[in-house]
Parts: sequence; structure tokens; C-alpha cells
Amino acid sequence: MNEIIYLDNAATTPVKEEVLQEMLPWFAQFYGNPSSHYSIGYETKDAIDKARAQVAAALNCQPSEVYFTGCGTESDNWAIKGSALRLAPKGKKHLITSAIEHHAVLHAMRSLEQQGFEVTYLPVDSKGFVSPEDLKAAIRPDTALVSIMMANNEIGTIEPIAKLGAVCREKGVCFHTDAVQAAGAIPIDVQAMNIDMLSLSAHKFNGPKGCGVLYIRKGIAPLNLLDGGGQEGRRRAGTENVAGIVGLGKALELAVSSLEQKAAHQKALRDYVVQRILKNIPEARLNGDADKRLPGNASISFPGLEGETILLDLDMHGICASTGSACNSDSLDPSHVLLAIGLPHEIAHGTMRFSFGPQNTQEEAEFLCETLEQIIPNRRAMSPIWNSRKA
Amino acid sequence: MAMYSAKVMDHFAHPRNVGELEDANGVGEVGNAKCGDIMRMYLKVENNVITDVRFMTFGCGAAIATSSMATELIKGKSLDEALKLTNKAVVEALDGLPPVKVHCSVLAEQAIKAAIADYYTRLGIDPEPIVGKLADDAHDHDHHCSSCEGGCSCDH
Repeated sequence: MNEIIYLDNAATTPVKEEVLQEMLPWFAQFYGNPSSHYSIGYETKDAIDKARAQVAAALNCQPSEVYFTGCGTESDNWAIKGSALRLAPKGKKHLITSAIEHHAVLHAMRSLEQQGFEVTYLPVDSKGFVSPEDLKAAIRPDTALVSIMMANNEIGTIEPIAKLGAVCREKGVCFHTDAVQAAGAIPIDVQAMNIDMLSLSAHKFNGPKGCGVLYIRKGIAPLNLLDGGGQEGRRRAGTENVAGIVGLGKALELAVSSLEQKAAHQKALRDYVVQRILKNIPEARLNGDADKRLPGNASISFPGLEGETILLDLDMHGICASTGSACNSDSLDPSHVLLAIGLPHEIAHGTMRFSFGPQNTQEEAEFLCETLEQIIPNRRAMSPIWNSRKA
Repeated sequence: MAMYSAKVMDHFAHPRNVGELEDANGVGEVGNAKCGDIMRMYLKVENNVITDVRFMTFGCGAAIATSSMATELIKGKSLDEALKLTNKAVVEALDGLPPVKVHCSVLAEQAIKAAIADYYTRLGIDPEPIVGKLADDAHDHDHHCSSCEGGCSCDH
């Protein structure tokens, strides 16, 4: 079998053909600088405005509240560091986040801690949920920002964002959410969900890599990370990635217009795999919540094994998946998310993430199950800890 | 570029000498589940020669490949020769390992030493003068794994 079966759509996704076609003219044919005052500059400026409107429609905000960035990580850093630096002179040097955020948020927080800020890391329960009561109790008069992800990249848990946002509103604290995994996968409404700032990234919903968005509610002003020209309302300098922005707008529009259909397809494949694996592979367990989870996410632990073993075996069968999350593949630590939901280290080490996309098929889901049913017992047979458990 | 050499992948996909050895007269186990790798080495020693060897490993691809390679390197060798096996020799035989995985080769070396020490202990001989002081465990520390930057005990 030479075909690749790509089940790592939470890491990145292929660019949709329709999106690619929409992007292509903006490289060589329409190449004007959007800041230039002549015809070919106006063309690219219009293209960016169109994408901005597409994003605004998807999030239920004003186009003037949409800022294009270089990636989701930049959006997170901007929201967090920009808010902290803006409010520090007013004595607000405390931030709140959760223990299961993406490293783009956690490491931005660590960096602020090194600069004298204080950060509260809210715990999560065994399903990965942050409690609005915990948040309420953690907010202080000097809290500058709360940042809680909309949906977790590893275990797929969807946080109660509207409730968390309501707590922040009530307390008058700015609320940012990293929606990188959620955008284009589940419905988002920044008004209804009480969100002040939101990060998203095009490559997670079949758009191009290297293009993100930070939504910033009118009236909120995180300090700029990039100063320079007057792009993005003087708040994010740098000549715009026009083709990327066009691709982001188109991809998000397509994802949102087919959201239910797409989710139903992903869910069907995921539920098939989860049910079959839990039934056929002893002691396999699903991480995260059964209902409030991203439609394409299956995070499954296989006690007795180390995840990389499974990853390599799957790769030899042409299947691309992930242990924990892709960002961790160079680290020996088990995932901070899996530890935060209370998994023992050795079980956290044996955890795989399968993430389904619109392009995946039932045949691929079946092939994944067949392959796992073959490789897991095979590798467990040489595992001393599985053997001791069974002895 | 792939993370592992073709040799590592060969030993991972087709591990040599895998399983338990019922008539082993030396068994050593190193590593810990918390850090994500445990190696158990079984030796059958006759007239000071390792006539048979098996391993059981919980761990990553490199842990399995280094275990497998280490068993090949000591099978048929005298105990003295086996004790001279270094983690470097295992790494070289595998055409290299990513830096973050070098600790696996240290575990393999220690698993062999632990098994030989067990062999001597069973004979009523103090293994320490022969095998040297065994690090309790390449990973036996309370720190989070990141604290050793993947180099657990390599520079001990």
C-alpha cells in the first residue's frame, strides 16, 4: 500500500483545490503592494478587504475588528504579550490561563513570567474542562487578561467559552481565546460567546500555512508586536501575505458554509474508529469528553506501549497520525495536557491522536482499525510493563 | 529527512532476540515507566559465554532498536567482552541516533550490565568489583524528563 492515509488533520490540513485556485492569481498576476496608490495596489487591497469581510462574517464581528497575522502563534503572542504590556503600567501584572493550552499560549505566558508578570494556570477536570467557578475565583483586581482555548488540540475537549467569557465580562477583564483548532470545525460567534480577542490559523481548515487572524473587539488595544508601516490599521506592520489572506478568507468561508455536513462526516469516521478500537483492543481508552469534543478528534491511550512505537508502525503502513501533539515529537516528556487530565505518565506516553478531515473515507478508518488491531498486540507482546500487568 | 537511520528502522521493524528466556541465569531491568522506557534483558550464560539473550522493551523506536542491536552485539561473546560494550558502540552500529534518543543506547548498555550483575549475584559473587557500580537507573530521578534534556545519565 503506497497511498498515504492522512489522519493528522489537527496538525495541518491539505489546501483545498478551490482555495488554491483562488490564491494563485495573487502571486504573479496581481502582485501590487496593497499600500500603493495605483491600480494594481488597489486590486490587492480589495482582495484583502474581501477576505476580511469573509472572516468577519464567519465570526460575527465587524471587518475592522479582523487583523491578519503570520500564524496562530503570532496571534496568541500578540493578544497575550500585547495586553500584558499595555496594562502593566496601570499595575495590572496578572494573567490567567489554563494548564492545557497550546505552547503558543503557555510559552508566551512563561516569557511574561520571566519579565515579572504573575500567571495563574487553572487546572482542568479529568475530561479537560476549565471550570467557570475556578476562573471567577482566580480573577483579581490586577488581572490584565484571561486566555482559555476554545478547543484542545490533543484531546479535543470544547471549553465552555460563552460561560468563561461571561465571567470575564462581569469582572471587566479582557478575554482571549485560542480558537486555532475550533475555527472552521465548530460554530463560533464572538458576540454570543463574550469573546474580546480570538486567534485562528488558516492551515487548520484547508487553507494555506503562514496566515492567521487575531480578532480584536473594538475598544481593545493590545500593544503592537510588529511596528513599521501602517498595515492592518497601524496595528500589525508588514506587507500583507495577499495570497495567504485570500486563501484564509476563502477557506474559512467554505468551512463555515459546510460546517454541519463536514462535522457529521468527521464524527461518523471518528465514532466508528473509537467504538471499534475500544471494543477490540483491551484497555484502550478514549481521552476527553464523549460529546463536547471536536468532531474530528480521537485521542486514545494504549496502556503498555509508548506512542512513538505505534506512530512508527502506522507510518510503515502509510498512516500518518500523532502522539500527543505534533509540537511535542522532539520532546521526551509526556504531554502536559494528558498529565493535566490526570493520566499516569506511562499511560500518557502511550497515547495517540487521530484527527479526521473532510477528505478521509470510511475505508481509511477501517484500514486504521485493522492496522491497530494487528500492531498493538504485536508490540504489547514485547512490552515488559504490559507483561507484568498481565502476569 | 527521516528521524531514524535505515538500520534503526530495520531493528525496530524486525527486532532480533525479542521475548523472554525461560532458562535465563541473568536478568536485568533498567529504566522507568514514568520516563517512557523500560528495558529487560535476559542472559543465558554458559562457561562465561553468553550463549543466548532476549529482551523485552517498553519505549520508543530507538529504545527497541538499541535493545535489539545490543543483544546482537553480545550474543556469543564472553562476559568480559559484553561488559566492554559501550552505548557509543550501539549508536555506531545503528548508524547513529538523534541526540534526544542517545539515552536509549545508555539504557541498553546498562540493561546488559544489570543482567550480568544479576548473573554474578545469583552465583553468590559480589558483582560490583566486576561490573562496576550500576547507576540505579538511567532515569531514576524525580525531575521532569526535560530537566535532563534527553541526556539522562549519559555523562555520568
